Amino acid sequence: MIRSRSSFARARAGHPPGEPRRVAYLYLLPAFVVYAAFLLYPIGRAVQLSLFHWDGLSLGTWAGLDNYAAIVADEGLRDAFGHALVLIGFFAVGPLVIGLLLATILNHAKVRGLGFFRTVVFLPQVVAMVVVAVAWRRVYSADGTLNDLLGAVGLDWLARGWLGDYTFALPAVGVVGTWFETGLVTVLLLAGMSKIPIELYEAARLDGAGPVREFFAVTLPSVRGEIAVALTLTVIAALRTFDLVYITTEGGPGNSTSVPSYEVYHRAFELGQVGSAAAIGVTLTVVIFAISFVINRFADRSIT
Amino acid sequence: MISRGERLANYAILTVFAAFALFPILTVLLAALGLGESPGSGPVANFASAWEIGQFGTYLRTSLGVSAFVVVVSVLLSIMSGYAFGTMRFRGQSALFYLFLLGIMMPSEAIAVPLYFDLRTLGLTDTFWSVALPQVAMSVAFGTFWMRAYFRASSRAIVEAARIDGASVWRTLWQVLVPPARPAIVTLTLLIFMWTWNEFLIPLIMVTSESLRTAPLGLAFFQGQYTSDFTLLAAGSVIVATPVVIFYLFLQRHFIRGLLQGAVRE
Repeated sequence: MIRSRSSFARARAGHPPGEPRRVAYLYLLPAFVVYAAFLLYPIGRAVQLSLFHWDGLSLGTWAGLDNYAAIVADEGLRDAFGHALVLIGFFAVGPLVIGLLLATILNHAKVRGLGFFRTVVFLPQVVAMVVVAVAWRRVYSADGTLNDLLGAVGLDWLARGWLGDYTFALPAVGVVGTWFETGLVTVLLLAGMSKIPIELYEAARLDGAGPVREFFAVTLPSVRGEIAVALTLTVIAALRTFDLVYITTEGGPGNSTSVPSYEVYHRAFELGQVGSAAAIGVTLTVVIFAISFVINRFADRSIT
Repeated sequence: MISRGERLANYAILTVFAAFALFPILTVLLAALGLGESPGSGPVANFASAWEIGQFGTYLRTSLGVSAFVVVVSVLLSIMSGYAFGTMRFRGQSALFYLFLLGIMMPSEAIAVPLYFDLRTLGLTDTFWSVALPQVAMSVAFGTFWMRAYFRASSRAIVEAARIDGASVWRTLWQVLVPPARPAIVTLTLLIFMWTWNEFLIPLIMVTSESLRTAPLGLAFFQGQYTSDFTLLAAGSVIVATPVVIFYLFLQRHFIRGLLQGAVRE
């Protein structure tokens, strides 16, 4: 088998595995056809639509980059992107901090009920966001569970309809994100930490490191890859929050909880500003690509 | 080596977070079971009236149909494309792979708008296909990435041996590579099922007729109509969430492990 010998030679030379094979195209074809028709072509069309003013019915007119300029100029749109940044704090940064704490405890302390705890904190990921939103609406409502709790500890004066409050609506939506993503982050970090050799911890202890120094010197550098994966997933989730906002606040009160993905829907299907919606969608895509790229570049560099 | 105080603090922190994670879910579950709400309404009555008033039977049927189609088609196509990327070499390989990779990050918000208007022109909105096919496209992007990673790592020697024995490319895939890949395929199946079942935006914009509403979409409309009756809404929520939660609880060990291996492999 001359072919297999040459493939070994290539493997040694650092090539990717596999034989040169034309039949590969046949295996790719079905997946590629669906992918191209329902994802690649539409994103191209989104770019095209974003260059027009179009109400979805009549003939569109050329807009050039007007729809993109509006993202900077239009206060409502600027706010929506600003809110998305706030949500990144709640969806990504918060869960990362809490997840590091929880995973460190779980990894280190050999607690009983690890499996139960892991199952429970991951559970929110599995439940449909619509159900999550219905549950949290109940928690946040004027006669809801959160206000009951506050009343029980004598903090009645704090009670309010949380999702209808100009100041608190966005953080309230954000907390749902923290609740939703913390389990995912914890489970990811836990997997990374369980691979750290115990000798590293013993060496740190011998050097006289306390739990805090041990965490920064041993644990944290070892889970950089997992942190990158966790941040990529949660930041994307923060930027794509649609169903949560749609069910809990519809962007209100005012536009205090409006986010880009909600604006895409609102403009395209409620206001008839299809071009503007497409431009927001394209911008969102570019932002997501850029952020994922930066996070993963950073992780790669710090590993090597 | 851990002091009693530290251990107690650990358990306290874990308990607080377990309670935080369960609290909203329990709020819904207890209300659906008729506990702590209006007395006299039992769980059976709640679910029965939600089922009838909310037409959740219809929504579940649609969701099951869409999910089954998306899962079966995406997994099959992903196995084939992952096989090509993972074990063969061909011109344009890396360019094509990066093209698929883009699809993993592409937000459905960006493609939903042009898809709706183009499918409307073709008269395909408000059909099963307008809900299912875009989701196949999104799942195939991830599935290709997932199966490629698995097949790349699987032993070269096995593939070589199959070839020497005269197995065709097709048989090598299904009889040699796929059987040991079962855990990876199960995890992929669960992930795609979960994403498809829970998807909201695509059905929201593509579908107007009630019979084509998926379960989460049905719940959203139900919520708009019955905001005052939380017991009924809670029962509906439980109906919508249960299929995925059951799968998760059954397979959570394999599921979480598979997820982690896939996520951190590359």
